[in-house]
Amino acid sequence: MLRYLALKTGRALFVVWAAFTLTFVLLFVLPADPVDLLFDPAEVNTVPPEVREQVAASYGFDRPLILQYLARLGHALSGDFGTSVQSGRPVVATILDVLPSTLLLAAGALALALVIAFVIALAATSARRAWLRDLLEALPSGAVSVPVFLSGILMLQIFSFRLGWFPAFGDTGARSLVLPLITLAIPVSGPIAQLLVRSFATEFRSGYVTTSWAKGATRGGIIVRDVFRNAGLPALTIAGITFGNLIAGSVITETVFARQGVGRMTQAAINTLDVPLVQGTVVLVAAGFALINLIVDLIYPLLDPRLRAALAAG
Amino acid sequence: MTDPHADRQDPLLRIAGLAIDYRTGRRRWTPAVRGATLHVGPGEFVSLVGESGSGKTTLVQGALGLLPESARIRAGSIAYSGVDVTGWNDRRMALVRGNYVGFIPQDPNTSLNPVKKIGRQVIEAVRFNEPEARDAAQHRQAALDSLRTAGLKDAERVFHQYPHELSGGMKQRALIAIALAGKPKIIVADEPTSALDVTVQKVILDHLVRLREELGIGILLVTHDLGVALDRSDRILVMRDGEIVEEGPVRRVLENAADDYTRRLLDAAPARHAGRLEPASGPRPLPGREVLRARGLTKTYRLRGRGPRRELRALDGVDLVVREGTTHAIVGESGAGKSTLASILAGFASPDSGTVHLGARELTGLSRRRLREIRRDLQFVFQNPFTSLDPRFTVSEIVAEPLRAFGLARGRRERTDRVTELLKAVALDERHLHRLPGQLSGGQRQRVAIARALALNPGILVLDEAVSALDVSVQAQILRLLVDLQAEYGLSYVFVTHDLGVVRLIADDVSVMKDGVVVETGPVEQVFRSPRHDYTRQLLEAIPGAGLAVAGAR
Amino acid sequence: MTVELDALAAGRRAGFARPIARRLGELARQPILVASWLVVLVVIGWAVVPGLFTSYGPYTGDASASFLPPSAEHWFGTDRLGRDLFARSVYGAQTTLTATLLAVLIAFGVGTLVGLIAGFAGGIVDTAVMRVIDVFLAIPSLLLAMVVVSVLGYSTQNIALAVGISSIASFARVMRAQVLSVVTQDYVKAAYGLGVGRLGVMLRHVVPNSLSSVIALAALEIGTAVLAVASLGFLGYGAPPPQPEWGLLVAEGRDYVAVHPWASILPGAALAVVVIATHRISTSYRKDHRR
Repeated sequence: MLRYLALKTGRALFVVWAAFTLTFVLLFVLPADPVDLLFDPAEVNTVPPEVREQVAASYGFDRPLILQYLARLGHALSGDFGTSVQSGRPVVATILDVLPSTLLLAAGALALALVIAFVIALAATSARRAWLRDLLEALPSGAVSVPVFLSGILMLQIFSFRLGWFPAFGDTGARSLVLPLITLAIPVSGPIAQLLVRSFATEFRSGYVTTSWAKGATRGGIIVRDVFRNAGLPALTIAGITFGNLIAGSVITETVFARQGVGRMTQAAINTLDVPLVQGTVVLVAAGFALINLIVDLIYPLLDPRLRAALAAG
Repeated sequence: MTDPHADRQDPLLRIAGLAIDYRTGRRRWTPAVRGATLHVGPGEFVSLVGESGSGKTTLVQGALGLLPESARIRAGSIAYSGVDVTGWNDRRMALVRGNYVGFIPQDPNTSLNPVKKIGRQVIEAVRFNEPEARDAAQHRQAALDSLRTAGLKDAERVFHQYPHELSGGMKQRALIAIALAGKPKIIVADEPTSALDVTVQKVILDHLVRLREELGIGILLVTHDLGVALDRSDRILVMRDGEIVEEGPVRRVLENAADDYTRRLLDAAPARHAGRLEPASGPRPLPGREVLRARGLTKTYRLRGRGPRRELRALDGVDLVVREGTTHAIVGESGAGKSTLASILAGFASPDSGTVHLGARELTGLSRRRLREIRRDLQFVFQNPFTSLDPRFTVSEIVAEPLRAFGLARGRRERTDRVTELLKAVALDERHLHRLPGQLSGGQRQRVAIARALALNPGILVLDEAVSALDVSVQAQILRLLVDLQAEYGLSYVFVTHDLGVVRLIADDVSVMKDGVVVETGPVEQVFRSPRHDYTRQLLEAIPGAGLAVAGAR
Repeated sequence: MTVELDALAAGRRAGFARPIARRLGELARQPILVASWLVVLVVIGWAVVPGLFTSYGPYTGDASASFLPPSAEHWFGTDRLGRDLFARSVYGAQTTLTATLLAVLIAFGVGTLVGLIAGFAGGIVDTAVMRVIDVFLAIPSLLLAMVVVSVLGYSTQNIALAVGISSIASFARVMRAQVLSVVTQDYVKAAYGLGVGRLGVMLRHVVPNSLSSVIALAALEIGTAVLAVASLGFLGYGAPPPQPEWGLLVAEGRDYVAVHPWASILPGAALAVVVIATHRISTSYRKDHRR
């Protein structure tokens, strides 16, 4: 059990470290002259050489790469990712400023996505007619196919401009949350729904369901008592990917709906190549992914007695 | 044990002229059951025997209203104690299932919910079939009673365990408990023991017979094993291609089978034959020198964990000798270590200690390249004909693969000729050259596997349960083929099996294994006639179809 | 016997024709699948011979005819500069699709190779490769693509490269899983037992049997890559205007959605239809080849 824990934690830590290293390579090693990236592209040619040298020195670009790397790594471990080029504020603070807004949006979208996914899966399993089931099974695929920016714009068009039910942009008040939430929930629900539909169908066909039938159970009873729990569990395995989808989706959703948030901040940061901020964001996202996967790896045994037994033996 | 009033009462289950079709295309239906009629009276033990594809499982599913969506009942009726339930929907059938008819499924490993404790699953069976409301304590008691009746003496402990903590036999007993929990009048058992070891099978089936006597319930046993059916039933029905071709009291069918297919099934049953199969080409040559010798083979697997479960001793000091032109059978139940032994003999795995000698050459500890050379003399046939052939290769490519690998028969024409020659040796022909495995039957696939194994003209074949996955009639054909090939090419076989009946048909020497150790070894006749070890005796007693041998020895 | 053989020989010669006819017949019975293939073919036509589908050019526009609604003359209407939107969509197909194809080729080629090596070699190699893949999976592909494009420069080729790189991981993972399951099959063990060497086993048994799952993924990835390319274009990372690209078209119309919605919605809808079509084709391929 301990070995399992150690292995999984080690893996999570490796991922975070590797993300840090990857972004270091991409942002500090690849570009021809990283100092260029620190200046506004329009002005970069007018900057006098002494100022460049000064900036380079303050960022440590004159030192050998490996030392730069180790220094940055050391700072990062203590929570210091440098200062944002744009705002001059510490990276961590900048991110923390916008994080709550995104978390709110993401949490809401996730909840809605889960509800949608489970409803579709339950409906597909209980449906007695083949055409209805096929239709329901095609829905998640459709949800993933429509680009987020399109559905966002459609939402705006219909519910904001035409019907005037919800504000078109801004982040004040609960009503401004509704449209972005629905927009974000749709592509996130797709993969979950696909997994659940398949998982429900597999469990419904399994041997122990036949035994339940033979006991004299009813269809509804079987779905609720046997299938739901066993089929719902695998949804945890894509928790990490879902997190990734939420982040990626939030970049576009926040742009379309002009909301403050990590997504929009990241986009701005990448646009202006605010290197420290970009690195901080990417590492944060990777850490989030690794943490979520770690938590799932830890709870899964609690929920599945077979895995628990296998681990207890080891 | 027939009830004198049986004729006057309605039988517990009566199926009349049942026809069930499967959907095989947009508008095409293929019949799976054609006009089947059977009945089970109170206290009767009736067996329904059929090979794969006979429709017996479909028939049972139909009787319980558990047909999959792709199937429909075209005609006929199903009645329980006179009440016609044909075409009843799920909700109405739920009233019948459990409290009138109990079902014991085939595979104990997949038929229990893996995340719920056994006790809870049995209590569900009790609760669903309650005519009057009872409280939780009474449910629990009823569940424990059911577990005990099913033969689980330690019911209290099992109650709190999860399915994966139980052995196969115990899981099957749990399933019996679930079937009994609703106090049904008839039990339908679909091959309840085919996934279990032969000694456990005997215990479970004996138990079913006892239940019949104690509780007076009717039992319908579906099985592919004629021996099992003949040992214990009052009446027997034989099913083939969706039709019931034979029906009658066991004694009568055994001595005077009316149908041709039934006679063939009886003949194919291993227990029917007094001794070894003789090759068609004439009497066998005398056994020659030693060709394969294993000494002191030991293999231990490390499992993850602490404590006593840390290691699994798969083999412990095993010796084996195979003489030229003979068959040495390795027999044992699951976990005995026979597959590990076969793997080591064939060079797929290496032992922790001990040696294997092929003639004068030592097999163990050889480098990969040297081992490859030995492959020309020592070939392997796998158990599962469905997974041992690459589904994308044609038959011709499959059999030609070893020729290619060793650069024999260069040139397309020569290779095709050699492949055709090999196919003919296993009673296949050119027609099959360009077929894919998916287009062949199990028996045909196994023939292809044998042809492939013979391509390099080996001296020894190691066959790991090579006929266990086949139907009984096909099994008999393949065994005969193997015996003929042995005589023709002077092959020596190491034949791994769990079926003692097969051992008697094909082997000259036998080694009985249990828990990684050879408990007894010697010539087949001697071991069968006067077994020295208790376990060997147990195994011999558990062979189903003892009655067949008596009737067949005419 | 000879009659039989003749008929069989004839059957083998006709072997090509019969399965094709049967396949077409099956196809005809699934209208949605047919429609999907039609959509894909049309879009490929847009990319290859755009002139065939529209008489307008993508760059020239009559400023006085700006923001005309869809009509018989302008199927999709016109944009702010009076350019025919349908023409811009048609020509945009070329941009978007070339980038997509390139991205999928990169992801498929590299990912499959990596997955094959990891799964086949096993041990330390496998663990090391899997850890690297873990990292790529931890960073959402959109984010990674954005960073790569920013560093390399804004252009369609770089978008293709970025999207391709960020998709390598999922191909590698699927290929590795397939390879691992094939490698434990009896027929692979049998091949070793018959004297086939490791390379032979890999090329003749492992690769052909592992590829079908990955090909299904490739079809799916085409849809995903189109979305990624368009999303990047929408966010402004693609080739700068006036080069048409579907995501960019949607972005161009975005500011005017309240009054001229079709300028964003129609190109976006075309995009969605293409993705749905590829998904449908991928699903049917997967169903056909499920073993």
